[in-house]
Amino acid sequence: MSVLLALDTSTTAVTVAVHDGTRTLAERSTLDARRHTEILAPSIRQVAIDADVTPADLDAVAVGVGPGPFTGLRVGIVTAATLGHTLGIPVTGVCSLDAIAHEVLVAGGPADFLVASDARRKEVYWARYAIVEGRAVRQGEPAVAKPADLPQELRGLPTAGRGPVLYPDLFATPLDVLDVSAGALASFATIEQRAGREPLPVRPLYLRQPDAMPAAARKPVLP
Amino acid sequence: MSTDEPLVLGIESSCDETGIALVRGNTLLADAVASSVDEHARFGGVVPEVASRAHLEAVVPMLTRACAEAGHALRDIDAVAVTSGPGLAGALMVGVSAAKALSWALDKPLYGVNHLAAHVCADVLDHGPLPEPTVALLVSGGHTNLLLVRDIAVEVHELGGTVDDAAGEAFDKVARVLNLPYPGGPHIDRVAAEGDPRAIRFPRGLTAGKDMERHRFDFSFSGLKTSVVRWVEACERDGRPVPVADVAASFREAVVDVLTRKAIDACKVHGINDLQIGGGVTANTRLRALAEERCAQAGISLRVPQIRLCTDNGAMVAALGSQMVQRGVSPSSLDLPADSSMPVSQVRAG
Ligand SMILES: [Zn+2]
Repeated sequence: MSVLLALDTSTTAVTVAVHDGTRTLAERSTLDARRHTEILAPSIRQVAIDADVTPADLDAVAVGVGPGPFTGLRVGIVTAATLGHTLGIPVTGVCSLDAIAHEVLVAGGPADFLVASDARRKEVYWARYAIVEGRAVRQGEPAVAKPADLPQELRGLPTAGRGPVLYPDLFATPLDVLDVSAGALASFATIEQRAGREPLPVRPLYLRQPDAMPAAARKPVLP
Repeated sequence: MSTDEPLVLGIESSCDETGIALVRGNTLLADAVASSVDEHARFGGVVPEVASRAHLEAVVPMLTRACAEAGHALRDIDAVAVTSGPGLAGALMVGVSAAKALSWALDKPLYGVNHLAAHVCADVLDHGPLPEPTVALLVSGGHTNLLLVRDIAVEVHELGGTVDDAAGEAFDKVARVLNLPYPGGPHIDRVAAEGDPRAIRFPRGLTAGKDMERHRFDFSFSGLKTSVVRWVEACERDGRPVPVADVAASFREAVVDVLTRKAIDACKVHGINDLQIGGGVTANTRLRALAEERCAQAGISLRVPQIRLCTDNGAMVAALGSQMVQRGVSPSSLDLPADSSMPVSQVRAG
């Protein structure tokens, strides 16, 4: 048995799970887009208690690396990185959209679907998935876009994530997986690891540059 | 845990430095700092998102470096202290989250501390226990505060602060007007050494009669900055060369005059004979010289930590955490927030 702590802060849910390589022993998700910092650590403590494990029992950490709103996303990633370093255990990155897609797969979802999550600023993070040999396989890199700019053919697909909740007129066929579940993320990470597929680095998928303008020439104050 | 000589790890991430340090009692063992200042230079000021990204990259490397320097493993530490505010929200969250992960993984108490109180506490590492009460003047790119410190781990009062720009910000803005690089403080200081501080009489904000009633211990540098800009532009408009050294020296004198005058006044009003100066602007040679001169005249003893303890670092945070452990202050809880506007009266966060 290998004990995996999984967490994700890329969506509205602050989600934590302990997984034993076969099943999720405990999971806790709190919907609150503004208090990631406050909620995450107490959730980790509680989930460990619920699963009856101590920090020393952990063998690995898996963390959602987004894409997601940056400030919240970093809370999960720095927590996972610091835990891994402190406990001397490996940390693996998972694309958060893949964790949502995995949950769609497990729930018996469609063979061809979209995941579109909230990117703020009237945009979504999105990726398309196809079920291939019992896996939800991402078709290309995750991207960020205004929903209306996505081709009709994509927007018409069944869509998981908060995209359809925020833009119901643009995504016609919502699926009911809205946020990341750490249990699904743990299960996905376990399957990927067993299949020998390379995890993502433990770095945020920002997909956007910081918006800052280089200092402009000085404006005179005199008329 | 040893409460008289606790081994405390301190984390600072409120602005553009990621600082992680280890302190044993009042002794600094290791102080690792990664700065993103160069990444902000072309923007002419700290860009919060750029700073937050840099903090995330730096946390684990700085943990490694601090432990290696101190010759300690993380499991040796007795407590974790972290800046929980004030500062840039997204930047603070990185340090606070890392501190919580450490606290939970190591099963050690967590102390969320006030950044301004931590600045004052840095001097403990240089000069031993603080005289209490003491007046503290903090001047940096982010803050300009006069504090009354009754008990560094428990009770700190704000006597005054800036109503507009921080002193360090005024240095940056004036440096830009004089075509000097960012951050402006060291460059103004260098150029001012060749100038005449009495060449131009720039205004001293909030020192006139009426302002002194309401803002006796507050600061304002926005009017001064505008006055410098107007003066320089008038020169340019008339086709006269700008006497950069004289402008820099006169501007610096105006800032330093107000800072020291108000700090000494605060000591006198509160009957306190100890003044401490901290924050990055402490690197300014004229501030140090004038503070020494005026304190000597007023019979006030002055404490200024060495420069590297004056800028933002994990050492000051660890030092304050250590004081809290030594004085039996109860730890913060794991749901401690990052509080960008944490008042200085709150030395320890919930
Ligand atoms: Zn500071």
